Amino acid sequence: MMTESFSESVLYFIELLLGGLTRGSIYALIALGYTMVYGIIELINFAHGEIYMLGAFTALIVSGIMTLHGYAGMSVFFTAMLIAVIYSSAYGFTLEKIAYKPLRNAPRLSPLISAIGMSIFLQNYVMLAQTSDFMPFPSLIPDFECLSWIDYMIGGPELVILVTTIIVMICLTILIKYTRIGKAMRATAQDKKMAMLVGIDINRMISATFVIGSALAAIAGVLIATHIGQINFYIGFIAGIKAFTAAVLGGIGSIPGAVLGGLILGLTESFATGYVSSDYEDVFAFALLVLILIIRPSGLIGRSELQKV
Amino acid sequence: MKHSVIQIFVSLVIAIFGTNVQADTIKLGVAGAHSGDLASYGLPSVKAAELVVEDINAKGGILGKKVVMMPEDDACKPELATNTATRLISKKVHVVMGHICSGATKAALGVYKDMNIVTMSPSATNPDLTQSGNYPNFFRTIASDDAQARLEVDFAINILKIKKIAVIHDKGDYGKGLAEFASKFIEQSGKATVVLYEGVTPGAVDYSAVIRKIKRSKAGAVIFGGYHPEASKLVSGMRKKRMKTIFISDDGVKDDTFIKVAKKYAEGVYATGPKDVSKHPMTKKATKDHQKKYGKDPGAFFLNAYSATLALLNAIEKAGTTKYDAIRTALQNEYVETPLGKIRFDRNGDALGVGFSMYQVKNGQYVERKE
Repeated sequence: MMTESFSESVLYFIELLLGGLTRGSIYALIALGYTMVYGIIELINFAHGEIYMLGAFTALIVSGIMTLHGYAGMSVFFTAMLIAVIYSSAYGFTLEKIAYKPLRNAPRLSPLISAIGMSIFLQNYVMLAQTSDFMPFPSLIPDFECLSWIDYMIGGPELVILVTTIIVMICLTILIKYTRIGKAMRATAQDKKMAMLVGIDINRMISATFVIGSALAAIAGVLIATHIGQINFYIGFIAGIKAFTAAVLGGIGSIPGAVLGGLILGLTESFATGYVSSDYEDVFAFALLVLILIIRPSGLIGRSELQKV
Repeated sequence: MKHSVIQIFVSLVIAIFGTNVQADTIKLGVAGAHSGDLASYGLPSVKAAELVVEDINAKGGILGKKVVMMPEDDACKPELATNTATRLISKKVHVVMGHICSGATKAALGVYKDMNIVTMSPSATNPDLTQSGNYPNFFRTIASDDAQARLEVDFAINILKIKKIAVIHDKGDYGKGLAEFASKFIEQSGKATVVLYEGVTPGAVDYSAVIRKIKRSKAGAVIFGGYHPEASKLVSGMRKKRMKTIFISDDGVKDDTFIKVAKKYAEGVYATGPKDVSKHPMTKKATKDHQKKYGKDPGAFFLNAYSATLALLNAIEKAGTTKYDAIRTALQNEYVETPLGKIRFDRNGDALGVGFSMYQVKNGQYVERKE
């Protein structure tokens, strides 16, 4: 239907690839929160998308105040990001204490309902406290001069999203694998009773998991908000659903699985839109999920239940 | 049972009243939803007709005769609308202002057509009512559902001279419906082609893949059917990728929130929106009369109904008779001054000069384009 040179087709492919990776990184950052919480207390934290939204709103408020006082550039971005991370972590911490901890020994359905309740509560809280309208979000990440020759392919914000995600992944892997707290968290995930017997404070570990997951969600929220330039109280819902899908795709409970799932989901959506039609974006994403779950019921790199214990 | 008793009683009262009316009057039927869920769409039209009829009778009526208004309820239900039409015909109305809902209007139109009665709706927007050509007796003072798409396409092809157009929508009823009309009109025009037709998911994290696809299609303009959140994401994404593709959209985007959110990227975006008639002196008068008589602001389609009543009565006056053909000719040829502007009707029955204008964002504000 179109005549285009080979180099143009290659360029188009690369553009779709970069777009898919950017979107996938965001999914991965949020999916990590789902998967870590599931790994440790086997709860699907449906309010996680709302933490992402709260992060974006906090950053909006902070950057608004700072711009008013004459600050500009990357200092605003970093401060807003830091405060968003702190706020969201506090929300995640409180969320666990209020909504999940009292239900830790209840039937598995109860904390799930509690999670959905918290999700609705937080959405409506932000809607009432802030606004139900779409809010403009400032472009905190400038378009870098050195990128201007390829900015039709990848802009400053997209590059920052990719780089941040890579850095965060590396830090998280180190934290989980080699630090004391990481080891304790893994022990808690494996067997709570045994972990308690060897002197691990499992309540602290569960809180730590929520704090880390929420911090990652806040980072994702700030990055995507500054990339697309608008937020409202409802953005957490779709992002949350997609990230949850990514976590399941990769194998819920598995940290590399969440990253892989996020990237695969982002790339699938990007290529489905690019080469087929955006009408089928979600169809392809979820068809892929079904396919993978048929072949590997526990996700791409998920642990099967049998291996546990 | 209770209902039918009330109905009989009501029709008796009307019958008694009817016989008292002088034989030599102009009878204006006003049909629409005057009760039920959708009464708020129909009742303002009754009030509009009352105000116009009062004004005209105070000035001595039309052709020396007083105008009598006859409201009839159809509750917006097609199955009741035929009865409503039959009742009005049995009362020998000369013209009908109504009905309100498209479905009910369509059902009633056949009855009026057989009896050669001119009917004018202030609110039925279904495109087929005029465009099918089945109802030569039908006129309306509201733009049809496809009017925005037609304006967008005409503007892109004839004024901006664009040959390749990408049509994007948000998969919703409103946006997708509009996009379907737009791509149909582009193909029909023969002067431009639809190079891309896509739906985007509202609320998706970003639209970068679709934006790259638009770029690849080499479209000169994007016609977007949908609302402002998606539009601002698309426009800012396109501008960040240094694409100068013209962006044309609908009244879902002609909203100040769009400019607030898209900021500098909103500059130059086109959007269709209802014509601003609030400054028209007749609009001010009609609104003031309504406030004086009913103590509140007018409701939905009030100005359209006000204009329809004026147009019908004016046509009778200009025609000098209540004969069907003469009224039709007058409606199509004689301009009438109404709150919606100076209007006459085209061959299909749509009001010329009513409906939508093209706006463009200039210096952070929507400005009406005058072409």
